Amino acid sequence: MLLNQFLLLAVVLFCLGVYGVLARRNGVMVLMSIELILNAVNINLVAFAAIEGSIGGEVFALFVIAVAAAEVGIGLALVLLLYRNTRSIDFSEVDAMKG
Amino acid sequence: MIAGPLTVVGTGLASASYAVPANIAFAVIAAVMVYSAFRVVTTENVVHAALYLVLVLAGVAANFILLGAEFVGVTQVLVYIGAVIVLFLFGIMLTRAQMGADESVAKERRAMAALVGVILAGVMTFALIDSFEDVEINRLEPSTTAEISDSIFRNYIVPFEAVSVLLLAALIGAIVIARKE
Repeated sequence: MLLNQFLLLAVVLFCLGVYGVLARRNGVMVLMSIELILNAVNINLVAFAAIEGSIGGEVFALFVIAVAAAEVGIGLALVLLLYRNTRSIDFSEVDAMKG
Repeated sequence: MIAGPLTVVGTGLASASYAVPANIAFAVIAAVMVYSAFRVVTTENVVHAALYLVLVLAGVAANFILLGAEFVGVTQVLVYIGAVIVLFLFGIMLTRAQMGADESVAKERRAMAALVGVILAGVMTFALIDSFEDVEINRLEPSTTAEISDSIFRNYIVPFEAVSVLLLAALIGAIVIARKE
């Protein structure tokens, strides 16, 4: 197996995630797109760990998974709070701090 | 047991007998993942997006196993498919918000976002092909859970403790943020 096949798959996932973060307005969908980005990064970490023959990349991927779980918890709590206060989770309507 | 050269060939992850099925599996998984990821960011139905996200996450777990990282693959299934998707479905259920009100703004944003994504993909693809043209992954055997736990508790004990504090902070923070007054 080539290293590049994993890295290019990760590139596709990452760019689809970036597209989702930029184009989506639903708060839950933005969080899902962030998950796509984090998973793309994890594929890279594990692929380079396999190339180097070291375990460090895999351990770091585990840390990324833990941080992603915390991020989803906080992010969904924020979206929930937003919904409770404005009856909407459309991020383009959140402009109270716009100058 | 003494492993001669003949027994080594055909057992390692990099052996020729493993390479072809691994590549076929990778191609199938990658195709499913790319299609599902595309549907995640384009479908209008939020629940369908969450279910397509399950396919992407399962594909990532399969990639981990192809790369010989079994423990990370299992953790991916447990944490992501088991917990994160359930959180997402709860979030969708609790916020029944209306979607797709202003199409003109959305179209403009979509075009710009697609442009950014395509340019980013082009730059990164060029850089990767330029840097790692024919690098082969020839790992001999998958990593074991014992190696990972040794590494976490020997080399990465401070980050491990930091992550545990972070998870506690996230737990308390989520309760404080989402609690009704």
